Amino acid sequence: MAKIQVKTKINGEETEFLCQPYDTVLDVLRRDLNMTGTKEVCSTGDCGACSITMDGRLVCSCLVLAAETEDKKIETIEGMAKNGKFNVLQKTFLEHAALQCGICTPGMLVAAKSLLEKNTNPTETEIRYWLAGNLCRCTGYDKIVKAVQAAAEEIRENA
Amino acid sequence: MNEMDNKWIGKNTIRPDGADKVTGRAEYAADTIMPGMIWGKVLRSPHPHATIKSINTKKAEELDGVFSVATSADCVDFPVDTPVILGIQDIRWMARNVLAKEKVLFHGHPIAAVAARTEEIAEKACELIEVEYNIHPWAIEIDDAIKPNAPILHDFINFDGKPSNIAGTLEHKKGNIEEGFKEADVVIEREFETAAVHQGYLETHACLVSVSPDDRTTIWSSSQGQFMVRAMTSFITGIPQSSIRAIPAEIGGGFGGKTIVYLEPVATILSKKSGRPVKMVMTREEVMRASGPTSGSKSKVKIGAKNNGKITAAQGTFYLQAGAFPGAPIRGAAGCCLAPYDIPNAHTFGYDVVSNRSKVAAYRAPGAPIGAYAVECVLDEVAEALKMCPLEFRLKNAAKEGTKAVHGPTYPVMGYVETLEACLSHPHYKAPLKKLQGRGYASGFWFNAGGESSAQVNITEDGNVVVTTGHPDIGGSRASIANITAELLGIDVNRVSVLIGDTATIGFSNLTGGSRVLFASALVVTESTNQVIDILKDRASKIWNIDKEAIEWENGEARPAGDNAGKFKPLSLVELAEQATPTGGPIGAGHQVNTVGAEGGFATHICDVEVDIELGIARIIRYTAAQDVGKAIHPAYVEGQLQGGVVQGIGWALNEEYIYNKEGKLDNPGFLDYRIPVCSDLPMIDTILVEVPNPQHPQGVRGVGEVPIVPPLSAIANAIYNAIGTRFYSLPMSPPKVLEKISD
Repeated sequence: MAKIQVKTKINGEETEFLCQPYDTVLDVLRRDLNMTGTKEVCSTGDCGACSITMDGRLVCSCLVLAAETEDKKIETIEGMAKNGKFNVLQKTFLEHAALQCGICTPGMLVAAKSLLEKNTNPTETEIRYWLAGNLCRCTGYDKIVKAVQAAAEEIRENA
Repeated sequence: MNEMDNKWIGKNTIRPDGADKVTGRAEYAADTIMPGMIWGKVLRSPHPHATIKSINTKKAEELDGVFSVATSADCVDFPVDTPVILGIQDIRWMARNVLAKEKVLFHGHPIAAVAARTEEIAEKACELIEVEYNIHPWAIEIDDAIKPNAPILHDFINFDGKPSNIAGTLEHKKGNIEEGFKEADVVIEREFETAAVHQGYLETHACLVSVSPDDRTTIWSSSQGQFMVRAMTSFITGIPQSSIRAIPAEIGGGFGGKTIVYLEPVATILSKKSGRPVKMVMTREEVMRASGPTSGSKSKVKIGAKNNGKITAAQGTFYLQAGAFPGAPIRGAAGCCLAPYDIPNAHTFGYDVVSNRSKVAAYRAPGAPIGAYAVECVLDEVAEALKMCPLEFRLKNAAKEGTKAVHGPTYPVMGYVETLEACLSHPHYKAPLKKLQGRGYASGFWFNAGGESSAQVNITEDGNVVVTTGHPDIGGSRASIANITAELLGIDVNRVSVLIGDTATIGFSNLTGGSRVLFASALVVTESTNQVIDILKDRASKIWNIDKEAIEWENGEARPAGDNAGKFKPLSLVELAEQATPTGGPIGAGHQVNTVGAEGGFATHICDVEVDIELGIARIIRYTAAQDVGKAIHPAYVEGQLQGGVVQGIGWALNEEYIYNKEGKLDNPGFLDYRIPVCSDLPMIDTILVEVPNPQHPQGVRGVGEVPIVPPLSAIANAIYNAIGTRFYSLPMSPPKVLEKISD
C-alpha cells in the first residue's frame, strides 16, 4: 500500500511524515517520530494513557488516524514544559506525589491541562469526571485530584 | 537517631525519578530502540486444552521479512519429574508457560514466536505456522477441575493416590478446634467465592533483547527484578548468567505480576537465531489472556465465639485457582487470614488447584485478600450475633506482642491494636449515615519479607552522593532511599542521586516484591553509608593527624571531638572529596546481605457505601485506612501505597472479574469490559499512618505496599450489608449481582 505524506504541527514544530492509511497518530509518534512520552496501554481508547490534543481538543491518539492530522496542531507531553520550565501541573504533580509508576502520568497531565484551559476553578466532581477516561492503577487517584486542585489554585492566583 | 531531629526522614521530598516521568522522558521497556531492531510476535493457542501433535514453521520462515522463528524445541528441556526451583517458581512450569511443550493448557498459551522486519509481518508469519492439535475437554472453574472424572491437566500430578488437578495443599493448626467450637456460644459458618482478577498494571509486558554471536546478551525489560529476568532467561535459553546483562527499564506498574518472565527468553532465542536485536511488546489483550492474574477462589470459614466476645475456634478451607501450572498463593490465604487475632484453636487448609486458565502470578499480598474476605465477613456476622461493635469485637480478640499466630510465629512488637484504636477514635467512626448508606469494617495482615539486597554508595569528586541499589522502583523507593542517605550523611537530599543498577553493575538483589524493597534496601544503604562515614572520618584523621576515634561526623562534616574539640576547622563532605586522592583514593562503600528481621504489617479499614437499589451500584462514599507502617520514611508515598492498594481492593470487590465463555476463552480481555476503578468512581481515600517502628530495622521500616489490599473486599461487603441488610458471599458485587440479590 502506498504511504501517505502528512504535514502537521507537533508542539509548535512543523513536522512531515509518511504513514500507512491504517497507522494511528500514536503509532507514528512512538515508532516513527520517536516521541515515546505518549504511552500505549490499551490501544482501544479505554485508558487515556495516549492522550494528546489536536487543535485544542483532547483525544486518544490510538483512536485517531495519523493521516487525519494533516494541517492540524498536535500537542503532546513533550511540549508541556516550556523553555526548560515545568508547566504548573507538572510541578504540582511532583509536589503532591501524584505519580508512582508514571506510565499514566503523561496522559493524565495532558488531560488535566485540557481541563484547566477550559475551567480554572473545577469542583472535585468535575475533576473526577473529566479524568474518568484516564486510568491510573497505582495512586487511587486521590493525590492526582489534589494536584489538579493545587494547579488550578495557582493558575487562579496568577491570573 | 532522635526522631525529632530528623531533617529528611519523614519528609515529602520530590522523587528523584519525578522530572523524567512528568515530561515523558522516563524510559519504559517499550520506549527503547536499537539500530537494526526487528519485531517479535507470539502465536497463541486457540484452544483451552490440547496436546500438540506437531508444529510446522516452514511457511513462516519462508515469508519475506521474517528473520527467525522460536518454539519450545529451542529451549532447554526440563523433564516434568525433576523440580527446578527458583524462588517461589519452578522452571519446569516457567519454561512451558513461556513456550508450550507437550500441551497447550489455556486459550492464549504461547506456542511459537516470529521475529520479522515489522510487527505486521511477524503477525502474518504467526498465522502461517501449522499446529496439529489433539483437543481435550477442559476445566475452567474450581468445581469443574476437582470433580470426579475432571479433565486432568498434568498426568504426573497425583492427589490421594489418583491423577488430580489438586497440585498441592498447605495446613496451619493450633489447639483443638473440636473442643474450641464446643466452648462457643455462637458459631457461624459460611461459603464464599471470588473471581480471578488481574493486577491491571497499565504498562504491558515489553522487552528489547540483543544477542551477539558469542552469546553476550543484553536485555532491556520491564520487570520487578532484573536478576530474576537474568536467571529465568538463562535457565530457559541455556546462556550462562555471566553472559546476560539485564537492564531494568522504568516499570509501569507490576503489583506482583512482573515477578516472572513471559517475553524475555523468547526474544533472546529470536535474537540469537537472527543476529538482530528483537523487540516484543504485548497488547492489552495478550496481557489479559496470557499473563497471570491472581486466583479465583472458593472457601468455607467457620468461627465460634463466647457470649463475652472471645473467639474460641476458627476454621478455614480455601481452594485457589493456580491456572495452568501449580502455584496458587494458598500460603497467603491460609496463612494470613487469622493473623490479626489471638485464637486458641484454629485450623486452616489451602488447596492449589490447576485448571485451563493462564498461570496465576503474584498480586499484592498474594492470596491474603481471599482469606481475609471470608474470615472478616464471618467475623462481622459473629459480632452482629453477639451484639458487639465489629471494631470492639476485633479489639477484644486482637493479636499482640507475644501472641502465637496460627501460621506459626510468636509476634514481636506490632501495631495491630493501634490501628483498631485509631479507627475507633477517628471522626469517620461516628459520622452519621443516611438511608441506603452503610459502614463496614475489616482488618488485614501481610507477612512482609527480607531477602537479598545489595547497595553501593559513592562520593563524587565534587562531594555529592550516588547511591545504587538493585531493585526496580515501583512505589517511590528511590525517594525514600534518598531521604535516608541524606539523613545519615547530614546533607541536603538534592545532593543524593539514587539509581537502580543493572545485573552487571550492582550485586544480586532479589525481586521487588513481598513489600521488601525499602526494608531491605534501607538496611544495605545504611550499612554502606555508615562505612562511607567511617572512611570520611579516616580521611579527616589523616589530614589533621589525629586518631579517627577522636572525630565525629555531624551535619555533613567531620569534626574533631573529645580532647581535640575545636582544635581544627571542620571538614565538609565537599572538602574531603576534594582531598580524596592524596588521602587514599576514591570514597565509596557497598554492602550486600540476605536481610532478616522483616516484620508483618497490619491494617484496619472503615468503608462507607451507598447502594443505588435501582441500578445495583454500590458506591464508595467514604474510606479510611489505618495501617501500622513502622516508620514512614516518605509519608506521601506511604499514603500512596495505602490509597492505591485500597482502590485495587475496591475494584476486586465491586467490578473486576475474569469471565470465561462456554468455549473456555476469556470474554473480557480489555479495559472496556474488565472494569478497573476510574477517578469518578471514588472519593478521597483517607489514611492513618500508625507508626510502631520495627525494632529490627535501623529506621524502623515495615513493608507497607501489600497490606492495604487485604481488608477492602470484606470492609465493602460488610458495608453493603449495613446499608441494605443483604449479605453477599460472592465477588465481585457487581451491579447485575446486586440487583439480582435485591430482587430475590
